[in-house]
Amino acid sequence: MNEGLKIVFGRRYRFAASHRLHSPQLSEEENCRVYGKCNNPYGHGHNYVVEVSVSGTVDPTTGMIVNLIDLDHFVQQEVIESFDHKSLNEDVEVFQTVVPTTENLCKEIFQRLKHFPLAKLERVRVEETSNNAFEYVGEDIQDRVAVH
Amino acid sequence: MVYLTRKIEFSASHLYHNPALSAEENQRIFGKCNNPHGHGHNYTLEVTVGGEPDPVTGMVLDLKELKAILEREITERMDHRFLNYEVPELKGQIPTCENIARVIWNLLEPKITKGHLHKVRLYESADIFAECYRNGASGS
Repeated sequence: MNEGLKIVFGRRYRFAASHRLHSPQLSEEENCRVYGKCNNPYGHGHNYVVEVSVSGTVDPTTGMIVNLIDLDHFVQQEVIESFDHKSLNEDVEVFQTVVPTTENLCKEIFQRLKHFPLAKLERVRVEETSNNAFEYVGEDIQDRVAVH
Repeated sequence: MVYLTRKIEFSASHLYHNPALSAEENQRIFGKCNNPHGHGHNYTLEVTVGGEPDPVTGMVLDLKELKAILEREITERMDHRFLNYEVPELKGQIPTCENIARVIWNLLEPKITKGHLHKVRLYESADIFAECYRNGASGS
């Protein structure tokens, strides 16, 4: 064991979902200006990639921080089942009052995974496309901007 | 502080088996990875070095130098090897991504004398990786 060294285990998951970016606090014109194509009233979809990083002690018996079967099961249950092949706006309760940008999606996923009992959640990274990525490490979970 | 990252790939085989556990426990915990004949991966290693650029060269560490260190310390030791049997640093450990990443950290840290080793990230496949960095350092 090395003192002062942090070991992190990371795993990438995928889900496909639709969303529409629209803030009721903004006028139609402002929504259109701010969100552009993403404001299309019928929504659009992405193949999201979620990278989950957890840290902890490497168990000398298994050589693992966490057995990936346990992490997979937790992520499947807490995130993938709720989001995969869903409309984020319509099917996920929190996004009825919060704009489902990938920033907010990242925070919501962190919120759902932070109670993982077998290791410490370090970071959630969400790739909306192969060109856009967002990361959240959890310092200001209360900070999310709500819309009404 | 500037961070630079160099990526290398190596291919190796391994198996997960703890002789202190029964055959059934090994199978239950390690599943397919417990196949006694082993299996292999194309590993991708990202090595991040942090430091201030030298005012004369503009470099934290010459990438050629880093390339030579990685070739000598990692590729020569692990590429096209059976990690359980041919890498002495992993003796007595299950060669999981976590343990290999830590071994790589320990091999590289003393060799990086310009700047400092900030992070290693080792991918076993595109969807599974382990990272190693000093407590308190940013993982990003």
